[in-house]
Amino acid sequence: MKTDRIKFLVFALVVLLIPLPLSGGYLTNVLIFVGINSVLALGLNLLLGYAGQISLGQAAFFGLGAYGSGVLTTAYAMNPWLAMIAVALCVAAFAFAIGFPVLRLKGHYLAMATLGVGVIVNIALNETVELTGGPSGLSGIPNLQVGSLTFDSDLKNYYLVWVFALGMILLSLNLVNSRFGRGLRAIHDSEVAARVMGVNARLMKVQVFTLSAFMSAIMGSLYCHVMTFISPSSFGFSMSVELLTMVVIGGLGSVYGSILGALLLTLLPEMLRTFQDYDIIVYGLLLITMTIYLPGGLAEGIPALFRRLVPVRKVTEGSDA
Amino acid sequence: MLSLNGIGKRFGGLTALEGISFNVGKGSITGIIGPNGAGKTTLFNVATGIYPPSCGAVLLEGKDISKLPPEGRARLGLVRTFQNIELFGKMTVLENVMVGLHTRSSSGLFACSFRMPWQMSEERRIRERAMELLDFVGIPELAAVQAGTLSFGKGRLLEIARAMALEPKILLMDEPAAGLNSSETADLADLIKRIRDLGVTVALVEHDMDLVMDICDQLVVLNLGTMLAEGTPRQIQDNPAVITAYLGEE
Amino acid sequence: MELLNQVTQFVISGLATGAIYALIGLSFAIIFNSTGIINFAQGEFVMLGGVLTIFSLNVLHLPLVAAIVVAVAVTTIIGLVFERLAIRPLKNATPLALIIITIGASILIRGLVMLLWGKDTQALPAFSGTDPISIAGATLLPQHLWIFGVTILVIVGCRLFFNHTISGKAMRACSFNRRAANLVGISVGRMVLFSFVISAAVGSLAGVIIAPLTMTAYDVGVMLGLKGFCAAIMGGMGSGLGTVLGGLILGTLESLGAGLISSGYKDAIAFFILLLILFIRPQGLFKKGETERV
Repeated sequence: MKTDRIKFLVFALVVLLIPLPLSGGYLTNVLIFVGINSVLALGLNLLLGYAGQISLGQAAFFGLGAYGSGVLTTAYAMNPWLAMIAVALCVAAFAFAIGFPVLRLKGHYLAMATLGVGVIVNIALNETVELTGGPSGLSGIPNLQVGSLTFDSDLKNYYLVWVFALGMILLSLNLVNSRFGRGLRAIHDSEVAARVMGVNARLMKVQVFTLSAFMSAIMGSLYCHVMTFISPSSFGFSMSVELLTMVVIGGLGSVYGSILGALLLTLLPEMLRTFQDYDIIVYGLLLITMTIYLPGGLAEGIPALFRRLVPVRKVTEGSDA
Repeated sequence: MLSLNGIGKRFGGLTALEGISFNVGKGSITGIIGPNGAGKTTLFNVATGIYPPSCGAVLLEGKDISKLPPEGRARLGLVRTFQNIELFGKMTVLENVMVGLHTRSSSGLFACSFRMPWQMSEERRIRERAMELLDFVGIPELAAVQAGTLSFGKGRLLEIARAMALEPKILLMDEPAAGLNSSETADLADLIKRIRDLGVTVALVEHDMDLVMDICDQLVVLNLGTMLAEGTPRQIQDNPAVITAYLGEE
Repeated sequence: MELLNQVTQFVISGLATGAIYALIGLSFAIIFNSTGIINFAQGEFVMLGGVLTIFSLNVLHLPLVAAIVVAVAVTTIIGLVFERLAIRPLKNATPLALIIITIGASILIRGLVMLLWGKDTQALPAFSGTDPISIAGATLLPQHLWIFGVTILVIVGCRLFFNHTISGKAMRACSFNRRAANLVGISVGRMVLFSFVISAAVGSLAGVIIAPLTMTAYDVGVMLGLKGFCAAIMGGMGSGLGTVLGGLILGTLESLGAGLISSGYKDAIAFFILLLILFIRPQGLFKKGETERV
């Protein structure tokens, strides 16, 4: 408990101090997206790594959040903060409603169904041209404001996004180390046994699905206000796969792993500029090799490597956060 | 306590159970015996709601629970253990028992993520109670061990502790002595009696006849999916139909 | 009369794409039945069929028949390599791990094709010209006939293989009960490999015969694969008539929906049907439900 708190405080401190030496440069801009992707990956990880339920449609919730905020604040000139909350609640309600039939499915069928939901949402974003601007995108979305402070620079946006991200990371850490998190992990290990132990598996799966949708929608809203321009291609199947890759690389069932995965997969394409669209080759290789050789992801691999290098020191077990 | 009324179960064309009716008396230890393939485990699966019955009803304290899902029946105090031990292997021993306390606690998504004060104190209470239960079955020293690494015997004890965490009214145990050596079986018999002494009704499927004859007040014999006999251990021992089923026709 | 002609036209082209979906569905079912895996890279086999044929034709300057043979053969080898390198080494083969691995393979194949041949959409010339044949006021392309012909041949071929050859029967045995199949001396591992090989061949053939109609590119596999899956789900994941019917129904509905309602939502129709079936009749349209033993 205590060490978890300290770990988080150190992490938060690092996050808050990093941009100071960077003075708002290009890297700060990239780190904004690391923050957004961290929360998206974390949302998926709660579902996939903890409850053991796959979703290949996470990008849809992200997209709905972005477009919800984007449309409401441009065409309807709604207050962005109000829009963010309203949209997130609507997306959560949508996820809750489809969650019951979708999460009754298991394994491959669940994957296909969530994929289907994702594709349908993406098609809808492309086709409702009068509302969303269709494939050419939606522009002119205002920056967020608090009083007279407008979030219009990379540095300001960095803090905006990361304050949200840190909050959600903290809440997720609390959640996974609680009665609720134990229930999720029990469902993952053996759904039959969990239900016989009185765990309402069906409801909890839908709840965590809803939570992940809520988190993704909030990040979508932030994304649209940071970018001021959005297009449907950012919220398609390839984004869902990218999120899946982040979770698998970072480690299924590890909160900090998701952040690490998001960091690597957001920086990687930036570092390999010449590589551009071919990053999917790397993702593909990573997904296959990690699943075969390091199913616990880096969150398990790095400590294991560390233990091998420093064999004397005994690393304590059980910190799965 | 638990009544089964005319339970039948078919898988496709295969009849696994037919016309099973009996009562498990409050405070008793009831044994369900029968040769392999008699339908004992299927009967437990129907009783706990893992399979819906094809016909018949399951009553708990006179209330029809046939329509409830497994978690709903667990909430009402109908709890079971599994023949092949279904532990949450990736969680610690203590956490396994803490999952068992799920129905005895209430913190939801919000309270847990925001660490509400009542959630924190509930969490402490869950932890303490889980330790007590590990004490009760005699494995407190294993609290921090990963459950997947336990031996079969210790796993069985953990499964019982986890089931007891639900404060069951009736505990169904599927072959609790399977895979145990003789001293472990003796400890198990003692444990089951202590559970009964706490006021919990026990029903068990078991092949170990010495254990069954030692601890059971009442026996139900199944054969090929039907009820063959019902009575006290002594009555069953002398029942010619039972002897034929077990030993074959002369 | 105008409308009726239009509808006939939509139905004909719908049945043709439906036949393709049926073939892809069949290729899903072949792997699923002997391994329990839904191969998310199935669509890439289809894409490879088309892309490799075009490559053989335009760059290697092979005659059409040879180009098709090369494309199917290469795809089949890729299917084999895929099973060896990605599926077999997996120690703890949970559905989750298999989903992730096949998705990984899918984007890997897609990325490599993009790297080698670029992102352009390419067309394969029709096998026997494009002079339309007029039937009952609607027009039928020669390529449609090719599609129907090849589909029927493949389905009959699969029928014969699974019912009348030792390997085919052994693969069916694996689908019923892998342990028991192993006990009677069937090498389950080899059957799994076979299923990937056959499935890759069938999938790539589907990709070859559709390429002249719809054009092809590195990224067509996703949609084709998902629609094939939809067909297979409608047919209850069997490798028989159900999947074929599923494919034909899906193709027709999609074509009618696109033509009469809105072409933008064409792809959404398939997914809508997919979700509906998964929610309401996950056992398929034509099968009776059964309790699964835990």
